Amino acid sequence: MPGEPNAPGKPEGKNAVTRRDFFNEIAGGALTIAGLGAAVVTVKYASPNVLFEPPTTFLAGSPDDYPVNSVTYLQDQQVYIVRTDKGMWALSAVCTHLGCITQWKPESDQIACPCHGSKFARTGKVEAGPAPRPLPHFAMGLGEDGVLVVDKLEVVKQTVILKV
Amino acid sequence: MATTAWTHQRLEQLRQTRVWRSIFRRGPARTNRTLSLAVFGNLGLHVLPVKVREKSLSVRATYYLGSISFFLFVVLTITGILLMFYYHPAVPDAYRDMKDLVYVVSNGVFLRNLHRLAAQAMVVAVFWHMFHVFYRGGYKPPHEFNWVIGVGLLMVTLFLSYTGYLLPWDQLAFWAITVGTNIISYVPVLGRPIRFLLLGGHIIGQNALLRFYVLHCVILPLAAVVLIAMHFWRIQKDGGLTVRDDHE
Repeated sequence: MPGEPNAPGKPEGKNAVTRRDFFNEIAGGALTIAGLGAAVVTVKYASPNVLFEPPTTFLAGSPDDYPVNSVTYLQDQQVYIVRTDKGMWALSAVCTHLGCITQWKPESDQIACPCHGSKFARTGKVEAGPAPRPLPHFAMGLGEDGVLVVDKLEVVKQTVILKV
Repeated sequence: MATTAWTHQRLEQLRQTRVWRSIFRRGPARTNRTLSLAVFGNLGLHVLPVKVREKSLSVRATYYLGSISFFLFVVLTITGILLMFYYHPAVPDAYRDMKDLVYVVSNGVFLRNLHRLAAQAMVVAVFWHMFHVFYRGGYKPPHEFNWVIGVGLLMVTLFLSYTGYLLPWDQLAFWAITVGTNIISYVPVLGRPIRFLLLGGHIIGQNALLRFYVLHCVILPLAAVVLIAMHFWRIQKDGGLTVRDDHE
């Protein structure tokens, strides 16, 4: 500052860094790093590592439980097991719009969502309403004892059909 | 008359005591100056302006919408704390506790309905307040920053309303939160992580209920209190309310 008497030990020159400036920068930097670190650690803390959620793989009984040309809703799993003359597939019953549970309507041959009126074919294809994506197909295979095994974490293409 | 004089005398004596003087340092607030000092020196009152224009107190200037919102917030805080005595934020308990409050606990149905209705009224009051301020031009300089704080308060009010909606743990609550948190997951890139953090998992279960409870009862009310204090303080610092001259 002009007119200010030079304190002893104060460096001269226009861009000179005083000891106070130096320590202020150090302290500010340290506080910023500590603050960011605290934020990261808190977000990590808030993300659970172990979840007590229902298992995503389940057994769906024998293929013979499902007649040809049927859509069966498994309430506990929120999955449809569809069987046609071509084969079988497992279809999510959770609407791709905002997550409501859809219902199979045999009279109109459609899967309908009660919340916002989306309609799907039994292949999962969107036929009406605001749903942005078709209902996903889950991986389904036969276990060793001939029991259907569905994995809800693995989404497969619509063309993947289990031949029975 | 003699008794009045006697009471006055006793009161005056009380005001001279050391205990009284330790609480109210400035003595009786009788003049404009001592009144101002009393407001300044009081923790509860110091966010309020010492003086206001008479016009800004008229009903038509504000319809008291901000005060009504604040009053509803106070009602919600009191009823909410009382409801907390009976409510467990746990999956097997939450719905039953809500039903107990309605059918078993003395005056529980009164408190619960008061909490619900005041919450709905607060959303209406805050929106109405916002529209009123907007149409009166209350967001214009020097009130811009207070408008921003007000938008923050609107958000906190809506989040309080939303988080409270899950707590009865009935079908309406479950599906409303299903839809709401799926809307959040549409946010680009961060949507799904935010939903995961908010629910504490992938499904609406015990973790989600507890998180919404903590947000509803601790974090959001604290945020509201801080923002409300700033909001009131800024009215004073920005030179009082915007008052048009044509309200007579």
